[in-house]
Amino acid sequence: MKIKWWKALCIALLLYTIIAGLLIKVPALPILHETIRNLYFHVTMWFAMIFILSVSVWNSVRFLSGFEQKYDTVAVESAKAGVFLGILGILTGSLWAKYTWNAWWANDPKLNGAAITLLFYFAYFILRSSLEDENKKARISAIYNIFSYVMLIVFLLVYPRLSDSLHPGNGGNPGFNTYDLDSTMRKVFYPAVIGWCIFSYWLTELGIRLKKAAMITDEL
Amino acid sequence: MFFRQVAGIISKEFTQDFRQKSFIAGVLLYVIATVYICYLSFRTILHPPTWNALLWIILVFAGINAVSRSFMGESKNRQLYYYYLCKPHVFLSGKLIYSALLMLFLGMLTYFFYGIFINNLVQDKLMFFLILCLGSIGFAAILTMVSAIASRTGGSFGIMAILSFPLLIPLLLLIIRLSKNAVDGLDRSLSLPYIGVTSLLIMIIVTLSLVLFPYLWRE
Repeated sequence: MKIKWWKALCIALLLYTIIAGLLIKVPALPILHETIRNLYFHVTMWFAMIFILSVSVWNSVRFLSGFEQKYDTVAVESAKAGVFLGILGILTGSLWAKYTWNAWWANDPKLNGAAITLLFYFAYFILRSSLEDENKKARISAIYNIFSYVMLIVFLLVYPRLSDSLHPGNGGNPGFNTYDLDSTMRKVFYPAVIGWCIFSYWLTELGIRLKKAAMITDEL
Repeated sequence: MFFRQVAGIISKEFTQDFRQKSFIAGVLLYVIATVYICYLSFRTILHPPTWNALLWIILVFAGINAVSRSFMGESKNRQLYYYYLCKPHVFLSGKLIYSALLMLFLGMLTYFFYGIFINNLVQDKLMFFLILCLGSIGFAAILTMVSAIASRTGGSFGIMAILSFPLLIPLLLLIIRLSKNAVDGLDRSLSLPYIGVTSLLIMIIVTLSLVLFPYLWRE
């Protein structure tokens, strides 16, 4: 069985993230304690989500510049992967919050940002499902995708500055940036980011292949 | 040339909407009825954040109701006619300015009736008025573009609401924060950065609409 090099890299990086992330020594911080290990999963998943949503928007732009159907397929499949990672991010975050803040959900700018991100993309999928014609669907949803992505980025940049966050590293809370002086956490953090990004791309690729297969079976 | 065409579209929108008495009466009734329902349920509101949030929520719904007509009220044949008459950015500019005027009118109206029926807690009136204008223009900018998108889907009111809520939230949060400062009568220098950010956001929305609209328009 042959496996593409980047898929092998993805598996290796994620295995490393899970094993090293759970076993390697972490700085002991108040409040956080061992839950700091969630940094390798929760935070990196958000990074990967932003990465794959950017891929989605880039493909929407490419679709509008040439109206080639294949770009639309990439855009929608990567948006799906992004939403999947977003839901994983919310779940890991929620679980973590239960142990550190003693609540599943809190009124925090970053949490609201996450919820709104998902809202944007649910609206995007509803818009797609309400259109019949393939070409029209691709064009209009690409426009909505670009419009909402720009709004989202502006929002994610501006909103956390309006009020203080409960998150580690914000508002005087301990975070790994200030305490991880010997950079042990970075050794896992950066590979994890790359690993999850490749993972999201892999998901997208699988989605595209499934769609192609469905198109072929439809033709038969 | 550009300005004459834009002015032409604005005046066309104006006559089209005000010739139908049902439209303007509908908007008026929507605002008054909503405010009156709030009056019946709340009587009076003494808590400034609640007062502020309720006003903006009423305005958001009234805005979605009024501005959704901008594109969804046009028949397909007439849209084709406009397509021959003028360039997309001219058409959109006209629509945007008209929507902004409509929203400004709606904002003042809501504020007026809200003040009469419920109460007026605003301490810094001038600042609040400025924020009301800013918010109305921002809502108009987002809702016009969403209306254009929603009109392409066959045009139900539901899809308009679904598409516009996520886009409105960032602006709404900024505006509610700003107007809360004005209601509490805080020092104006505290609000200035937020006003800057809000204006920037509105500019981004308008630019984005102008860039993306031509793709939406061609069938």
